[in-house]
Amino acid sequence: MKPNTLLRRAFPPAAAIALFFLAWELGCLAFNVDEFILPRPSVAIAAYFQWQEAIWPNALQTLFTTLVGLGLAIAAGTLIGALIGYSALLYDALYPLLVAFNSIPKAALVPVFVIWFGVGTLPAVLIAFLISFFPIAVNVATGIATVEPELRDVLRSLGASKLDLFAKVGFPRALPYFFASLKVAVTLAFVGSVVAELGASNRGIGNMMVIASSRFDVPLVFAGLIVVALMGIALYAAFAILERRVVAWAYR
Amino acid sequence: MERSQPCVALRDVSLFYRGDDGREVHALEGVSLSIAQGEFVAIAGPSGCGKTTILKLVAGLMPTTRGQVLIDGAPVRGPQKNVGMAFQNPTLLPWRSALENVLLPLEVVAPHRHHFRSRQREYEARAQELLQLVGLDGFANKPPYQLSGGMQQRVSLCRALIHEPEILLLDEPFAALDAFTREELWGVLQSLWLARRCTVILVTHDLREAVFLANTVYVMSKRPGRLVHMTHIDLPRPRTLEQMFHTQFTDYVHEIYNRIGEVRV
Repeated sequence: MKPNTLLRRAFPPAAAIALFFLAWELGCLAFNVDEFILPRPSVAIAAYFQWQEAIWPNALQTLFTTLVGLGLAIAAGTLIGALIGYSALLYDALYPLLVAFNSIPKAALVPVFVIWFGVGTLPAVLIAFLISFFPIAVNVATGIATVEPELRDVLRSLGASKLDLFAKVGFPRALPYFFASLKVAVTLAFVGSVVAELGASNRGIGNMMVIASSRFDVPLVFAGLIVVALMGIALYAAFAILERRVVAWAYR
Repeated sequence: MERSQPCVALRDVSLFYRGDDGREVHALEGVSLSIAQGEFVAIAGPSGCGKTTILKLVAGLMPTTRGQVLIDGAPVRGPQKNVGMAFQNPTLLPWRSALENVLLPLEVVAPHRHHFRSRQREYEARAQELLQLVGLDGFANKPPYQLSGGMQQRVSLCRALIHEPEILLLDEPFAALDAFTREELWGVLQSLWLARRCTVILVTHDLREAVFLANTVYVMSKRPGRLVHMTHIDLPRPRTLEQMFHTQFTDYVHEIYNRIGEVRV
């Protein structure tokens, strides 16, 4: 991409974010909102710079648990998605169970995981995994289940095995669905990690926000929220770029 | 054409299946047919008469309810490897270039799949040659969406032929194209067949297409599908579009048209 087009593409979202912060700032000033209730973004950003040495290790911890959870979700989601996408029987058998699991509020599982695994990294990884698994599995299944029957006939009439069918058609065809789900899953995985850290960790952005709020340091809480949001945007953008490269054919 | 040992034979084939509403559908009933090696057969009939079913049975994609399908004297008991298929929808893989689409069968079908890497150059040259034969030189590296419907269908024909199948099964391959492109592709298919001389079964509802391309045209009745009429087309090859306006040609079309009229009522 030429620098010029990159600039033109990056400008609208950057402007929207700037306007959002401006409205927030001016709104707080205009209505004289107490810093304890809602700090102005400039105050939250100042808090970030004040505490950045403490924020970064926590941010990296959250990023780590999110990525490990997401990685597990990609592996398991692709596998389960491929299975239920191929087999109508497995689909019928497993789908209600998947929906049931997905309907459980993940926050409600945090105390259970604390009992099982104690406080630490593992509950955060597991919550991130559980929350981001479902959209990946469903999308991969859709991509594979909607392979055109004629295409299946072409390959079967060549003596293709199920594995051939998956490698040559099912998998590449599911990729656009997979990337679409990945963009949803990555933001969800952050939600999962932070939710778990709020109650069941002594590290991570979530934990830092709990400590900050118990000290009534609301600007630091908001600094934490902004950092999580920025990491979410960064990962989303990374997957979007990867998507453009890998499945360019789907975006002509 | 000499009548050698039949390459494809259907012996009293019937196919029933249970439809979505639970009722039994009689798709084919008592169909017998024998096709010689290298013959070009067209099957014409009203829509929904089970024409496509015959192709799937020959390809071994579904089993018969009664009767037998034989290829080279051996009963069909599962997906065949020496057939090529093309459909109304070109079904190209959108993530592959035209050339890569043509190569697909060689990556899958034995024995080619085992030497695909070592002989990739040779296979690519073969695919290029086919693409040239259908008038697509210079389009090998284009993705399908940059090709017109007619071009995509040409690629689909190349894909059906790249592994040099003994039998080519065509399911209304030109039905979705405009009249000019369709007639152009009749010529393309004819020259492919004249070059390869494989056995072809073409399913169509276009009678001029059937007469233009085939040695033998069968007419099927509506459901349950039976073969009710057979005509040998005695026109010299290569046939030209100009011939379609000769009385000899139109007489054939007229005769078949009347037969279909009889079975539709």
